[in-house]
Formats: sequence, structure tokens, C-alpha cells
Amino acid sequence: MSVETRRRIRGGVGESVIRPDGVPKVCGAFQYLDDLRAEGMLWAATRRATVARGRIVALDAGPALAMPGVRDVITFADVPGRPHQGQIVPDQPVLCDGEIRHWGEAIAVVAADDPETARLAAEAITVDVEELEPVVDVERALELGDVFRHFPVRRGDPDARGDVVVEGFYEMGTQDQAPLGTEAGLAVPDGHGGVDLWGPSQWTHVDHEQLVACLGLRPEELRVHISGLGGAFGAREDLTLQTHIALLALRTGRPVKQHYDRADSFAAHVKRHAARMWYRHEADRDGRLVKVEARMILDGGAYQMTSQAVIANAATFAVGPYRCPNTFVDAYVVRTNHPPAGAMRGFGTNQACFAAESQMDRLAAELGIDPLELRLRNALEPGDALATTGQVVTEPLPTSEVIRSVAALPLPDDEPGNDPLRLPGGTGLTTPPDRVVRGVGYAVGIKNLAFSEGFDDYAEARVTLTADGAEVHTAAIEVGQGMVTVLIQIARSVLGIENVQVVFDDTAKIGSAGSSSASRQTQMAGGAVLRAAEAARSAALALAGGDDLDDLGVWRDGELVMTLAELAERGPISEWVRFRHPDTEPPDEHGQGHLHVDFSVAAHRAVVDVDPELGLVRVVQIDIAQDVGRVINPVQLRGQIEGGIAQGMGWAIMEELVFRDDGTVANPTFTDYLLPTILDMPPVEAVLVEQPGTWGPFGAKGMAELPTVSVTPAVVAAIRDATGKALRRVPVRPEDIVFGDG
Amino acid sequence: MIVQLTVNGEDRHAEVAGWESLLWVLREDLGLTGTKGACEQGECGSCSVILDGEVVCSCLVMAADADGADVTTVEGLGTPEDLHPVQEAFVAEGAVQCGYCTPGLVVAAAHLLETNRRPEPDQIREALSGNLCRCTGYGAVLRAIEAAREAM
Repeated sequence: MSVETRRRIRGGVGESVIRPDGVPKVCGAFQYLDDLRAEGMLWAATRRATVARGRIVALDAGPALAMPGVRDVITFADVPGRPHQGQIVPDQPVLCDGEIRHWGEAIAVVAADDPETARLAAEAITVDVEELEPVVDVERALELGDVFRHFPVRRGDPDARGDVVVEGFYEMGTQDQAPLGTEAGLAVPDGHGGVDLWGPSQWTHVDHEQLVACLGLRPEELRVHISGLGGAFGAREDLTLQTHIALLALRTGRPVKQHYDRADSFAAHVKRHAARMWYRHEADRDGRLVKVEARMILDGGAYQMTSQAVIANAATFAVGPYRCPNTFVDAYVVRTNHPPAGAMRGFGTNQACFAAESQMDRLAAELGIDPLELRLRNALEPGDALATTGQVVTEPLPTSEVIRSVAALPLPDDEPGNDPLRLPGGTGLTTPPDRVVRGVGYAVGIKNLAFSEGFDDYAEARVTLTADGAEVHTAAIEVGQGMVTVLIQIARSVLGIENVQVVFDDTAKIGSAGSSSASRQTQMAGGAVLRAAEAARSAALALAGGDDLDDLGVWRDGELVMTLAELAERGPISEWVRFRHPDTEPPDEHGQGHLHVDFSVAAHRAVVDVDPELGLVRVVQIDIAQDVGRVINPVQLRGQIEGGIAQGMGWAIMEELVFRDDGTVANPTFTDYLLPTILDMPPVEAVLVEQPGTWGPFGAKGMAELPTVSVTPAVVAAIRDATGKALRRVPVRPEDIVFGDG
Repeated sequence: MIVQLTVNGEDRHAEVAGWESLLWVLREDLGLTGTKGACEQGECGSCSVILDGEVVCSCLVMAADADGADVTTVEGLGTPEDLHPVQEAFVAEGAVQCGYCTPGLVVAAAHLLETNRRPEPDQIREALSGNLCRCTGYGAVLRAIEAAREAM
């Protein structure tokens, strides 16, 4: 057998491995949720509220049911189980319960033979609404006491005083994840009272838990499957159409499909929280922070969704990655009659970062200290206590290094010249080159990794050796981020086997992997795969009495002693793992405690050209230095960085879901909700700081949120640098630049 | 009415209702689900196809108006076994994440390189300015098209 030679493992950790779904995606062959179909399926359409608050005084589905081709209509009264859903606190009626609490709330859902009939039938339902005065102001909501969660931080001496004080008020508008794929799903009755569901999910097991409660099913009667998602960014953390189509499928006995249009999508999924924040920073003459006080109110919208966890992040990262001995925060997330807010990339840290970093710049100006030097003097490093919770940083945290690294990158030396593509306003030819002012801004961000506050955070994985390779089984969801490649690379590096396939199991086949959110799957699903692969390798070596494993089989002293096919016949070797990260704990009444398992930091630098007369901005370049632990896949990591930067830059200068005074949404379309195009996106230079952590696979840290977090304040800082304007609100609008306070 | 089309070189026909767009015909009547719809307003470019030599948003073309037209969709550019250079470069450069915008981008990029063999980076950006991508930040998309330009 020694004629066989072992190959060196290719495509392991550290290489830019090609993602396995890449080829199907470029060929149009990858199956997304909206591509799913089933024999005899019906199409669903949703009737939505057009006001922000009101009472339904009459609802008649008769006109819809009378239409040929209409098979069923469901309303709140038809929900067979728990009438409410929501990931943390289930307070969202599955369908409107008689009181409309936000624009776009789902009132009724129709199932019909074709989508056009379903759409017309949904419109034909008679809904008489008595309008009520909506709560659209977060301070009003706070006065009313309608608070989802108050997170207080009381640390140190409230009477401590610094030599200098800067105060500021900051505001951020609502951002939408705007994933390119809108929500879609298919529910197929199993003929025995149960149902198989494919829906837009970042965590099928938590969807399963909610759905069986709402549908009144036994757990084994529902299987939630994983299918192709057109992006997520937090928008799929809470349920949208899943409950509706599953219920319609159970009632009609037919498969039911729904595919939201863009307006439905804007109405149905959670948003990033709008925020108002008041800050006071006090520092000594050397710029060392003495005390930070903050009061923040986040707009939770009509229902709780994940707001309770979002506000914990906003509060605990209220100071940013800096030391401060005296910290006092009151963070509130309140109920309004806006569409519900929930998860979006960064999850509460973005709002805090914008306010805190804006404050650091103002403090630097007040003290006459360079803004980067001020940050370096306060930088949070291992062994320091987080300014808010007091928890000591025990993992690597290269705050100073990311700041120094981004500052060391060369600045662009080009002049805009006369090329309209390089001028603010672009081909509109609005801006003469001599009016252009360049600005440079910095910001530093910090984010927790994985779940916090004592949540039992785990991921399951199974690694099975087959006749010609290995299978990784998981319910972790590939939303586009590239997790599938990362899991393959980890399994390869551990097993020594190259032919690794990932199998995405439904909820009946494997336990939870937790959510594809919170920058957690590289460490959590990856941690589970690492350990399951280690166990499978050990089992294979033990079974065959060998000392090495590869795609051919088990080797001993350089000789192949058992092939994978023989192993599979003897075994099969299949190792299951439930991996938990190190413990965290809930906060005490002062917000103190070991709330977070791990942190990561990043620093951004933005360069902008501004036309101050018209308030137009062109972002010239954005650079980042990021703490990533260990790079698993360089190309994918760069993709996460560039994509994350685009989203955070979008919020800085163009993206806002605009609410009218009556609480309705003014711009639920891609015509009016502006997303960065390729012409808006500048070049990005990235420095990856690798200081391996102790518990992520090969030292890797989750990294996909931070590129979004600190870029928003960096872009605004650059516009401030160019214009001298205060710019306390995001997104920065042309009128803020032209007419805003200095 | 019956609409006759040449799709990816094949004669196809479909019985269409008055409200149907070309996008709907391609996806639902002809089963070519590679073309995606994401905004229904011609803003995102996910539904881009080549119609009689021009890149169009198929969501904005009424099916009835496309009668007799020649249409190339993403499925007509290449196959998994025989990728178009643009498709190959998108995979290699990491220009695909969730991939929902990818068919539209690939169609627009292939059409660009068909009509301008040596586009400068700014010409590439201009040509793709009608295609929204929410995942990549476009950096890898630009690198992929430059790589495809060199390969073609």
C-alpha cells in the first residue's frame, strides 16, 4: 500500500477557497426561496395597514372569498395557537389583533390559485379603520412609560469631575437592511397534520420554536428547512411570512408560496433602530477620560422583537473602546407606532459608536489634542475594564494597533480634476472643481462577539466520514456571508480530508446552531465543526490503529492501513458536538458584570470631497484596520469588509427610512430608499490585525459587523473636517451641510 | 395572448396575461429562474437581461411588448461546466456573496465586455451603476470584471 502517497491538504484554513455555491449562483442555478415551487401550490398575498395606528371597526373577507380562484383568507381570529410571535418577548400579533400599531402591519393573508388573483383579493377585503393618534416620538413614548427595556449603567463616582467637558446631542434615522432578495417562502402540508416550511431565516430552530407555538403544532409536526437566501443583515432574525403561509397550507391542505414585493419587504421585516443620544464627556487636561454620561433612547417600533438585546449593546458600548473609571448611562428602547425595529449588522453598537466617536472628536478639539492621539491615550487593551460593565478584557484586543495601522496607510493624493465621476454631484455637473473641499475623519468601533448576558449560546454540528470524504451537518445558515466555505476549511484543516461537503439539515435532523448573526458563526458553528472533526479524526485513527488521515484513508507509519470506504463500512464514523462558548452573566442592577464573552475592534478612516454650497458629498476612500484574530479566508474576509463598509457609509450619507408625521413610511421603494451604487463606493484599503483569540477556531474572531459599525462616524467626521459643520444627525443631508450649525 | 421569443438561442412561446412582465414570463412560464426580481421598478438591475442586443430591466418590459424579441438571460451565458469568463471571474474574485444580484451583474458585465473589449475602471463602474448589490460593496465585482477583461 505504500505506493500511495499522501497529498498535502489544500483548501484549508488561511486560503482563499472558492465558495461552493459560487458557480451555481453565477449561472442562475442556485435555488433561492422565491425559486421554490410545489405541485398544486397556492400563492399568498398580504393585506396591510395603511395607517400607523387605528382600530379595525369592520373587517369583511367576503369580497375576497367570493372571487374565483381564492381558496382561503386568514385573520387574527384564525391563529390556532399562541397569538403572538417575537424572538425574545412574543408581543407581535401573528396578524393584526384589531388595533393597528404600525404602518404596513399585516391584517389578513389570502391564498389563491395565482399571485395576481391573490393580490387583487387581498385588496378586495373590506377593512374599516378608525384612525387613532400614533406615538411617533421616542421622548413622548418615554413619558408614557412605554419602555421595552431600560438598561442603566452606574459605575464609579457620579461626582467625579474632569478639567474639560463636552456635551453633545446626536440623532440617527432608521436604516433598512434592504437585502436584495425580498422575503419568500413555501409551506407544504405533510398529509398528517404537519407541515414542511422553507422561509427566510437566520436561525431555523428559533423560528421552529415560535411557529409550533403559534400554529398549535407538536414540535415533530413542523420541519423548518434551510434554503437559499438573498441576504439577511438582521432582517431575517424575526418571523415575517412564515406563520401565515404555514397556517394557510395547514388549512387548505395545499402547498402555499409567497414572495413579498419590495413594499411588503420594507413593511414586514425589522429595521435598525433610530436613536437620540445625549452625551457628556469629561476629561483631564491630558485627555484621559474622567467621566462619561449618556442618555440614549432607541425607537423600538410597535413590537419588542430583539430590542432588549439591542439596547444592552447600545448601553454597554456607550463609551467605545476606551477606558473610563466613571460611567453613567441610561439607555432606553421604547415602543412607538413605527414599524418594529430589531436586528441589523452591528446590533445597537452602531448608534453608540456614532455618538461616542463624535464626542471624542469634540473632546480632542476642545483640548487641542490630535483626535487619534486622544484615542490612543484612552485605548482599551487586555487587562483593562470595559468602561460600562467593568468586565476585564481577557482576550486579545489590539485597540491601539488598529488605530495606528489605519493612520499609517497612505492618503489618496489625487485631485478631483474635471472628471465628473470624481466630483460631488457626479455627472450632474453641479460642482466646479475649485469649490470642492476635502476632509478626513477617523472612528474606532468595538463589538461583542456571539451572544451575551448569560444566554445559553451553543451550536451543534455533526461530522460524518463517508466512503470518499466527509460531510459536515449543521443548521447554521448561510445568508451569503461565506460561512459555508469557512466550515469546509476548518473541517479540512482538522480532518486532513479535502473532500468536505456541508449539508444544511432541517430542524428535525440536528439541533440548533444558533443564529447567523452577532458575528458568531465562524466561532460558534466553526467551533462545533472543529470539535466534531477532531472527534471524527480521533475515532478514525483509533478504529484503524493509524497515525494520520486523508482522502485515501487512515495511515500508519506512512502506509495506508484502511481506506475511507472500509472505514465507512466498519464505522460509520459520525461525531456530534454541541459547542458552548465561555460563560457570560446577566448584568446586575447597575449594569455591571461579565456580560460579553469576547470583543473585537476596528478603526476606520474616511476621506471625502464635499461641495459645501450644494451639500454634496463624494466619498473618496475608506480604509480600515480590523482585529480579526486569525484570517480563515482572505478573499471572503475582504468581501465582508467592503460590503460592511458600503452599508455603514450608506447610513452616513444616504440611507434613511423616512417617517411622515403621521407615522407612515414615505419611501418604501428602491426608487426612494437610496442604496449605495458602484459609483458611490470608494476604494477600500484594509489592514488585518491577527492576534489569535483563545476560543475561536484557529484563533479566529467573528468579524462581519465591525466594518459597518465605525465607518458611519468616520464618514461624518470627514464631512465635519471638510465643512466645519456640527452634523449631529445621520444620515447627513445636503441641507445639513449647507444650512447646519457650525 | 401567445408571445414568441428566442431565449438563449431557443424558440420559446408562452401564453401570457396582460399584466405579465418579461421577468414573469422568463421565471414562471419558461422556468428560467436565474433572472431575479428585487424592486419591480427598474432600480436594482437584478432582472437584467439582454433584449435585442441591449441590457434591459426585464421587470419593466411588458411580456406582450417583447413578442418576437431575442433574449439572453444568465442561463444563456454559460453553464457550470463551461462558464463565461465573467462568471468564472466572479467566482474566483469573491464577487458573489448572497448572489441574488449576481445574475443581473453578470449579464450587464458580459454585455459591457461584448460592446467594449477594453473598458477602463470608470467605464465599468458607469456601466454597472444600475445594478445594486447589498453584500459586496462592489470592490470584488470591479476586480472580477477587470480580470474577465484580461481573460477575454
